[in-house]
Order: sequence, then structure tokens, then C-alpha cells
Amino acid sequence: MPDTIYLDHNASSPVRPEVVEAMERALRDLGANPSSAHREGQRVRAAVEHAREQAAALVGAKPGELVFVSGGTEGDHLAIVGGAWAQRARSRHVAFAAIEHHAVHGAAEVLERLGWAHSVLRCEPSGLTPPDAVNDLPAGVSVLSLMLANNETGVVQPVAALAARARARGMRVHCDAVQGAGKVALDVAALGVDYLVFSGHKFGGPKGAGALVVREGAPLEPLFRGSPQEHGRRGGTENVPGIVGLGVASELAARELAGESARLLALRRRFEAGLRREIPDVVVHGAQAPRLPNTVNASFPGARSDMMLLALDARGVAASAGAACASGAVEPSPVLAAMGVPRELAVCAVRFSFGRSTGEDAVDRAVTAIAEAVRAVRSAEGAVS
Amino acid sequence: MSRLRVLAAMSGGVDSAVAAALLAEQGHDVTGVTLRLACYGKTPLSPRACCTLDAIDEARRVAMRMSFPHHVVDAEQVFRERVLQPWVEGYADGRTLYPCAACNQHLKFGDLVRRMELAAADRLATGHYARVVREPDGSWGLHRARDAAKDQSYALALIPYAVLGRTLLPLGGLAKSEVRAHAWRLGLAVWDKPESQDLCFVPDGDYAGYITRTLGETRGSEPGAFVDERGRVLGRHRGIVHYTVGQRKGLGIAASGRLFVLAIDAAANTVTLGPRHSLERPGLVTERVNWLLPAPPAPGARARVHIRYGHEGAAATLHPNPDGTLEARFDAPQAAVTPGQLAVFYDGERCLGGAPIRCALGGAGHDAATEPGAHAPAASAAGAA
Repeated sequence: MPDTIYLDHNASSPVRPEVVEAMERALRDLGANPSSAHREGQRVRAAVEHAREQAAALVGAKPGELVFVSGGTEGDHLAIVGGAWAQRARSRHVAFAAIEHHAVHGAAEVLERLGWAHSVLRCEPSGLTPPDAVNDLPAGVSVLSLMLANNETGVVQPVAALAARARARGMRVHCDAVQGAGKVALDVAALGVDYLVFSGHKFGGPKGAGALVVREGAPLEPLFRGSPQEHGRRGGTENVPGIVGLGVASELAARELAGESARLLALRRRFEAGLRREIPDVVVHGAQAPRLPNTVNASFPGARSDMMLLALDARGVAASAGAACASGAVEPSPVLAAMGVPRELAVCAVRFSFGRSTGEDAVDRAVTAIAEAVRAVRSAEGAVS
Repeated sequence: MSRLRVLAAMSGGVDSAVAAALLAEQGHDVTGVTLRLACYGKTPLSPRACCTLDAIDEARRVAMRMSFPHHVVDAEQVFRERVLQPWVEGYADGRTLYPCAACNQHLKFGDLVRRMELAAADRLATGHYARVVREPDGSWGLHRARDAAKDQSYALALIPYAVLGRTLLPLGGLAKSEVRAHAWRLGLAVWDKPESQDLCFVPDGDYAGYITRTLGETRGSEPGAFVDERGRVLGRHRGIVHYTVGQRKGLGIAASGRLFVLAIDAAANTVTLGPRHSLERPGLVTERVNWLLPAPPAPGARARVHIRYGHEGAAATLHPNPDGTLEARFDAPQAAVTPGQLAVFYDGERCLGGAPIRCALGGAGHDAATEPGAHAPAASAAGAA
């Protein structure tokens, strides 16, 4: 991505060179199956277990609690479907927050098709799910799913407070930490959740490699069966290069977390100040709530997001619209809708997300390009007779 | 030609794919755009709820193959307001509009021109079969395609003159077979995609059904009287949306001679039928003309007038009115001058402009025509076929 100002790290963050190097080595040198008994197999097994320690450390889990999965969607399904299924004798009801990722809605849909009911936790205009929303849930919910930080707005949810109330009511709690892991400090014990998923490609690891923490004692029916990999929790030969890459990315992210999140926060402030200077009527969604240091979701009134993405792409800025559907229809994002953002503002939302490759210069150039794009789109829209 | 930044409209079909691909191959900086026009509903031909999805996928595959960026833009609102709604309203009003011209005018050469500006592009490209030519006097001219059978200049007659100089029509000099050969050579999967025949938003060809679904069961769908030229009742019609001027098939009426629809009167809810020679009219009056010329032609100018897509054209004299409308008098009377269809004027290969037909000039039993004095006698054979 040579000339592009890449502000779409929440979609995927470029793989770090150290990760590429480790994965290359794994592809070259770790050819055996980690389940094989011979010493070549054991060498591969050792690499997988080392990666397990590295990845577990990022979220404060014990290595044995970690199940390698393909990423966020699989982890959400394993925790929610597998967790609810394991508790089927007790209840057939799950719950999740209104602002959850599609993957969580998808897992709930699987259960719904199998006869489960679900409830949805309301969202406040700030973008936060209020802890007392748990009180509104019916009795007998077996699994409650909560995201750590919203992928669109970056609003960091009060997961610990929500989880404490939920667990007091007998629920198991799953945390989708895909957008938070590697960006904010994270400790699965402090959060008090039973399951937690994160995905490598959001913080410099490869796509297709993630991990689900299943805390000791948390019920789980495996979804992929066959050979007993991952202690029977997820069958299938391990994605060894991906797992090695995830491990290295996790270790780097954990080591650099404090400095990097402070750096990103300063960048975000610089960026938002620039936007407010250039486009005074900009609306930053979730600005009143604690947010990820790297995420800015902003609406430029009168400049619809599909037009903005076209204008930004032409000016070398890569960003995302709220959540574009495959058809390209400009539908307001369900997350912004749940926050009560008016439709005409929601269809103008663009998400900018920073990462390691983002510097002050890129942020400043992006502000200039965005201001230009907003002016171009507004004058083009104004011309529509 | 130096390297241009081109915004290429891509419908998902082979023509626009090849147009964009050829420009990319020539080294231009191409950005593909697919307009998402409408959800066409669930018909046997479009099993997906949103059938533009397939078209979008096809266009995206072409862009990936040719390594240029592709965007989807939502134009549903403009499409509904400027193309669909007027078309169904026209039918309910007894007029048969030509929606493709309105689509080119408002979407491809309207909305997309504005997007071209905001994408900072120099040119707009489409896959229409027509040519843009620099005339000896320095003006821009829209000319018929080399492949006369494929010529689409009729459908482009309403685009703004000011856009011509910024328009690229790479297929204007090619035969359809050559276009398919280019698609094959470039490895585009759409190379053998069948031609679309019907209106894109009525893929099953059932116009009346579509109109009834859109307008409800009342307007234009109430049965009424078939009458002859003297007003005598011949039978019952099924609702005026089922008929268009010149129609012979599907009248469901037994008569001694073959009967054609001569006129539709929405206010009286009658459909006038008569023999073929009664369809002939000496001329027509248009709505405001869109001239593809720097200035309208002088009164009395000669041109060939095409009164529907695929019409061979009729020699005529043009009499522009001060209000921008025009009266055209044919050298020989023409059958089926249909209100709502386009009259498009040609001087040899050059398309001079066009306008929707308001009404035919007077003839027996016709109510709408204003008859300014003498006109060519209505008789003789139908226009040279």
C-alpha cells in the first residue's frame, strides 16, 4: 500500500515484519503434524505451545485455557453455540448487546434455528451498554455475549460491570474482544468472563488465526469434532504458521501496548482536532464514552458515506463506511441506529482506524484530504436537482 | 492519448466491462463504478432479493481481473424518482415512456458525472455503442456506432451536451462480436453473458404486472371500453396499463380487420382501436428538446426523426418553438407516433438531440394534436421501411 494513507486498521492491520519472518520460518521448517509422536512432530508441537503461551499472556489467560480458532467469527460461534448447547438442559435462552458484531448475531441465529430464544441488551446514545440493562433480561439466560470494544465506534464497553451482574444471575459471559485485544490492556480474570475471543489480524498478525479463551469450568460443547486437537475443544489439524504468527503478534502487542496506545490516543486527538477545525459541523460518534485510542467514527452532514469513500479513495485515503452491505446500499449501521443516531446523519458515517503504520504526517494529510472530499461531495450533492 | 483518470460505469454486463477493461489496458487510470439502482423483487429470473448483487459481483470481478479499483454507489433514490416513478405514472397516464433514456440522462450522465468530479476524474466512460466525435467546427458530436445494428445513440439523446467532451465511449467503433472477442482475450468471465432484452427492472417482461404492483390495483388497471375511431364501443379492455400505441397483439378482441391501438385516453379510460392506416400521423410535437449541439438548429432544418428504439427514421422538417419544444413534420406519414417515446433527430451519422413525444400531429379521431394550419396529407404508404 505504497501511496495510500491506510486508516482502516479495524478492518485489518498489516502483518508486522517480525510476524512475516516467524511465519516464513514456520512454513519452511515446521512441516510435520503437531499431533505426530516423532521428534519432528514434537518440534512443531513445541512451536504451537510456545505461541499458546504468547497469546494467552496478551489477555491474562492460562495457556491451557486457550483454544486456537480461525478468528472472531468462529470463536463467537464456539463460545455462544457451544456454551449454550452445553447448558441446554438448564435453559434455551441466550442474550447479547444490541451493538454486537454480525458474528454474534450469526451465532444467535444458529441457536434460534435450533429452538433457542434470545434477548438483546439496549444501547445508550453514548454508545455504551448500561450495566443495569442486565436486570431487564429474563431469568434463565445461559450465555450473555458482550463485546469489549465496538468495531465501528470504538466505544469500550463496561464489560466487567455487566459481567458481574450477569454472573450473579447465573449466566455465563462471553466477551468478543476482537477489536480491543492488542489495543487496550486486557485481563480475562479482571473482566470476570467465561469466554473471550480475539483475532490476530486486528493487531499485526495473520488473517485466519485467532484464539478463544475458555476459562476453567466454563461449559463447552465442541462444534468441530473428529481428532482430539485443542484438548477435544476444536478438532482439525492446527494452522501452525497462523498460530505461530498470532503468538508473535500477541507478544509484540503486549510488550508495546502502553506506549503504542498512548501514541495512538495522541494521534486520535490530533486527528479529531483537525477534523473539527476543517469541518466544524463534524459529528464524532461515541465521543462522550471511553473509546479505543485508534478509532474515530465521524459523520460529515450532507456527505453520504458511499460518496465519501469514492472521494477519499481517489485522494488516497482508505477508510470504511459504518458497515457497508455487499450490495452497496447505504443503510444506516445497526450500531449507530441502536445509539439513536438519526438516519440522515448515520448514512454519512465514515470510520477511520489507526495502527502501527499511522504517523502524525499521515493523520495531517488525511485531514486535508477528508476536508477536500467533504467539500467535493457536498457540492456534488448540492448539485443534485 | 495521455494518461487519463477515468470513471467507468460498469453495469455487470459484457459491454461496459470491455469498455472499462480496454481503457485500463491502454494505461488509463480507471476506477469502476456500479450504480446500485433498485431491488427488483423476487421474480423467477431474479431469485435473490436484491438482484443487482450479481451484477455488482460481475463488475467487481472484472475490476479485480484488470487490477483497477471498483466502487458501488447507491443511486436507488434517484433511480426511483427520475426513472421508475415517471415510467409507471406515464403508463397510468396512457403514455409509454422510454426509461433507458431517463436513466442515461439522470443516472449515468447525471449522477455519475458529479461522482466523476468528486473522484477527481477527467473522463466518464460507458459501454454504449455510439461515438463522440470532434466536429470540424470544434463542437462535440454524438455519432451513431459503426455497428449500425447495435447503435445506442437513440438512448443517449437526453444526456447533457456539456458532458460529451468529457465522455469516452470505447465501443463506438466496434462490432458486438469484436467486443466479445476482447472480453475473451482479456479473460473476462462475462464474455459470453447473454444480452439483456427487457427493461432491467422488469426482468420477467411483465410490465403490466409490475406497474400494477407499484401503483396498486386502481390507477390504470380498471377495465374500460375499447372504442373505434368514431367512439363506438367495441369491447372491454383490461386497464390501460396493458396497452401501448401501435400494439396489435393481446387485445383479445375479434374484428373483421386487424386492429391496432390508435390512442389511449386515461381520463376517459378508453382505448381507441382501428386499422393500421389510421395509425399514421403527419408529424409530432415534442416536449422540451435536449440538443446535442451548441445551439438549436434553424427553423426548417432537415433531419431524420427516429420515433422509437430501432426505428429506421423518417425524413422530416424541424420547427423549433420558442419554448424549447419542437414540431416535426414527416415527408411521409409515420405509423405509431407514441406519446412518451423519444423523438431523436439525426443529420447523417450525427445525433442532433431528442425529446419525449408529447403528441402526434392531427389525424382522424385523434384528440390531442394541435393543428397549426396545413400539414402533409395523411395517406400514402407507411414510412420507407
